[in-house]
This record gives sequence, structure tokens and C-alpha cells, in this order.
Amino acid sequence: MLRFLVHRLFSAVPVLFIVSLVSFLLIWLVPGDVASTIADPGASAEELQRIRMRLNLDKPWHLQMLHWYGNLVQGDLGQSFLLNRGVGQAIVERLPVTLSLTAIALTLSLLLGVLSGVIASVRHGTWLDQSFMTLALLGLSIPDFWLGLVGIYVFAVALGWLPSSGFVPIDQSFVGWARSMALPALTLATTQMGLLARITRSSMLEVLRQDFVRTARAKGLPGFKVVGKHALTNALIPVITVAGVVVGILLGGAVVIEQVFALPGVGRLIIGAVLRRDYPVIQGGLLLLASIYVFVNIAVDLLYAYVDPRVRYDDR
Amino acid sequence: MTTADLTDDDRGMLGRIVDPALLRRLFRNRSFAIGFTMFVVVVLIAFFADLLAPHDPLQNNYRYRLGEPNQVHLLGTDNFGRDILSRVLHGSRVSLVIGLLVVMLTAVFGTLIGAVSGYVRQLDNVIMRVMDGLMAFPPILLAIAIGATLGPSLFNAVIALTVAYTPRTARIVRASVLVVRETEFVEAARALGAGHLRILFRHILANSLAPLIVQLTFIFALSILAEAVLSYIGVGPRPPTPTFGNIIAEGRNYIAEAPWITIWPGIAIMTTVLGLNLLGDGLRDVLDPRLRVEGR
Repeated sequence: MLRFLVHRLFSAVPVLFIVSLVSFLLIWLVPGDVASTIADPGASAEELQRIRMRLNLDKPWHLQMLHWYGNLVQGDLGQSFLLNRGVGQAIVERLPVTLSLTAIALTLSLLLGVLSGVIASVRHGTWLDQSFMTLALLGLSIPDFWLGLVGIYVFAVALGWLPSSGFVPIDQSFVGWARSMALPALTLATTQMGLLARITRSSMLEVLRQDFVRTARAKGLPGFKVVGKHALTNALIPVITVAGVVVGILLGGAVVIEQVFALPGVGRLIIGAVLRRDYPVIQGGLLLLASIYVFVNIAVDLLYAYVDPRVRYDDR
Repeated sequence: MTTADLTDDDRGMLGRIVDPALLRRLFRNRSFAIGFTMFVVVVLIAFFADLLAPHDPLQNNYRYRLGEPNQVHLLGTDNFGRDILSRVLHGSRVSLVIGLLVVMLTAVFGTLIGAVSGYVRQLDNVIMRVMDGLMAFPPILLAIAIGATLGPSLFNAVIALTVAYTPRTARIVRASVLVVRETEFVEAARALGAGHLRILFRHILANSLAPLIVQLTFIFALSILAEAVLSYIGVGPRPPTPTFGNIIAEGRNYIAEAPWITIWPGIAIMTTVLGLNLLGDGLRDVLDPRLRVEGR
């Protein structure tokens, strides 16, 4: 297991290199002069030169790259123009909101997605199966930010049950925090629930057909035990793979959902930076969220070995 | 050369797509039939938006701002008094054009990159590591970053989405190239003296089309969802161009007084994407039953 972990961490190195390279190269995509895009219109030549120096754009490309990686190794993601402070610090402060939103949405979508997938597979071919799968496909077809707005209209404007936007930190009031996170998390979860329900169902259908399930039934085990223990444990493996992918989609979705609900997370920071052309923040946010995703996928791979004893990484 | 001159292997998937027997099987698939119908309706609406729209989508009417749906404005008006129905009908045009361009560009680049990676062993490792790196970004985040850097416009949104979705397509093409290149008919073609390019395009790619077509249908659906996000946060085509995302972005500030501005474009997105998803599900069931939902 330890050998596998080391091997897996090692294989993440080229991926992380590409991730950091893409984030570095992003600023080269800016059409025209970067400094005059960032500066206020009518900025003086000295002003423009100062911006160039701050971004190292006055240096040749290999020195720019050296600076980028040199700073990266020291955990320095550069300086934000807008906030006038370190990008890394600004992101880390806002990371808990984004990560908790993603984690709650992941938990919700896994619970409800897997449950409905299992029910659909057990009731294969019935109206229950069909309606679950129709709902799942519908969930996959809804734009999440729009669902959030509809949620605001229904639960905040029309019914007045939940706040329409804003954030209450958890150490201030747990109830306030839960109320401010409920709609965003549910919105984010709904779209991915469908994906997980579909995978769970198709994987369960395959497992339920196999001999050992028939054996378990034949020896008189109660149905819920056959489904819950024998079939589900085996059917979970593809679900775990997809859950890894879902984390990536949720992290991307959180960026937009935070904007809709005015949650002070990394996503809101990035979109604010997008609108004001604060490139270091965009680069840093991109790099950090992608790196988190890479490490989540390593964790997912480790989880396989735990769930499925047949997976033996040591043999490699 | 006509199709009659081609052998079965030569014709590959393209030949089989226009095969009446296959078409019959496709339309007997309920998902495909419903999805195809929905999508065709959306395409027709987009095509004839000029004729169908009761008003000019850009025409302001300050006397009827945030107007409730009535007989003149079936879906109401927005904060400039513009007709929502007309804006949604025209918005479908922009969204479909963006989706179609992304699908075409992704198909070209994904096929090229995937084919080279699968066929030229020396390059495989490098290309796939780069694709892995690009796939480490949540697609929507990468598209936002690229779109924002290039500047808000229709074409830049297309570029951003193409970069975001090409790696997945390349991976799928590479996987099927790896399988097909080991088959006997490719070996036979090679023994007959066919060149690399001929083998790659006529034999291998032609027979790798099924998973690619299925994937492209889903990418079409994903691009329409993503385009709405880009427009919503201001990285897509600039207002007043009616796109689904732009209309929703304008409606967000009036969600309490005029929810219809926000609600209708969302329903339009949902219908379009649902049609494409059903179409993709049906295509997958018929063309390539081995692929399951994981393929997305």
C-alpha cells in the first residue's frame, strides 16, 4: 500500500507540472499588451512599466518561468493587483467555504444518487426505475446556476424559508451557517446526483446478474442483505471512479454557485478577478483548484484498494 | 469514387450510419427517437427564429419594462422592455452555433491528437501526459480562465470550450485507435502495402467513429450548459446579444419582481440539453453497447 502511494504520488508529478505550466502560460494568452489591459485607461507610461515589472513581463520568457517556478516552490503565488496582497493567502482564507460547499454537495449527491440508483436497479423495468432514471437525466440537463436562481425564487422570495444569499461563518452560528449553505449545496448536488444514480444503477444491474448473488439468495439471505452487502459492495467500484470525476465537476460548479449565492469562497474570488483582469488571482486559483482535484483522485485510487481487496497495487 | 466501390471495412462507421437497417434500429430506440425529435425542433426554432419571434429581440420598450406575460408579450418583458420570447428564440441560435462550433473543433483536434497518440508510439506518452494535465482542471474553470483572458466574445468562448473538452475526446479516440490497430483487417491492409496515412484514416479512424460520435453528442450538451455559465458571468458573447446565459444574467437582479426573465431561458437550455442527452444515450445503446455511463 505504501509503495502504491509513493508510486501514485510520483505519477502525479508530470500532471502537476502541466497544470502549473498551463497556469503560467495563461497570461500569454492576453491579446495585446498585458499591462494596458490591467491598468486604468489613460495610465502613464511609468504606471504601465510598474505593472510589467510586478508581473516580470519586462524579463525574457525563461526568466519569467524561472520566477514563476521559484516562487511556486516557496509557496508564493504572486501578488493580487486588486487586493494588494498575496494571492496564496487570499485563496487559503477563502478555501474553507469552497471545500465545505463541495464536500456537502458530494455527500448529498452520493447518498441520494447511490440510494436512488440501488432502488432503480432492484425495481428494474418498473415505473419506479423509469421515473428515477428520467429524473436523473433531467438533473444532468439542468444548468446548476439557473437551478440556484430558481431555488432563490422559490425558497427565499416566494416562501421566505431561507436567505437568498450571503454567508454566516460556522463559528458565529451553526444554524445560520447551515441555512446559508443549504440552497447552494442542494443546487450543486442535484445536477451530479443524476450522474451517480445512473452509474450505480448500471453497475448494480451487472452485479445482480452474477452467480454469487444468486447463491446468496439461494442460501436464504434476506433481500436487503443480498442487495446491501453482497451486491452493493461490488457495484461501488465504478461509482467511486465517477465520484472522483464528480469532485472535479463540483469544484468547477462551486465557482459559479458561489457567485449566485454570494458565498465568500475561492470561486467568487476568481470570478471577481476575471471581471477586473486580476491575472495573478486567476492563475493562482486555477492552479490551486486543479491541484486539489489531482490529490482527490489519488485518494480515490487509494480507496479502491480499501473497497476492493482484488485490487493489489503492490504487484506492479 | 462512390460508396458502392467500397468494401464493408472501407466504409466503416460512416457507411453504416447511412445504412437503412441501422437507421431503423436507431429510431426504434425510444431515447434516440425522443431526443432526435426534441433536438430537431430546437434546431428548426433556431433556424427560423427571425420568422417565429413576434418582436425584435433588441427592441427596447420603456413603457413596458419588466412586463408580466400577456397577449402581446407571451413570456413577458425584461428590464429594457424587450420581449423575452423573442430573446429566447434568438438565444437558441447563438447557443446552438457555439455548441456546433465546439463540437466541430473538438472533433478535429480530438481526432488528430488521439490518432497521433494512438498510432505513433513514440509520442503517445508525452501527448497523454499533457492531456492528463489539462484534464486535471475542472472543465468549466479552465473555460472561464481562458475565456476571461482572451476577452468576452462568441469566438473566444468557442476556443475556451474547445480547449476544455478536447482532451477527453482525444483520450476516447486514442483508446479506440489502440484497439482497432491490432485487428486483422488493419494487418491485412498493411500487408497489402497501404501507407500509414491511408491505414490511419481509411481503416482505423473510420472504425473508431462510434464512440467518437456518442462523445460528441454529450459534448454538444455540455457546451450548451457551459456557454450559459460563461455568458452568465460575463465571459461569453457580450450583451445585448441574446444568449441563454445573458438573458438569465439580466434577469437575476429582478428575480423577485420579474421571475419570467430568468425562468424561460433556463427551460430552453434544459429542453435543448435533455434532447441531446437522450439522443446520446440512444446512439450509445445502438452504436456502441460496450460503453456505459462511465464513458462521459
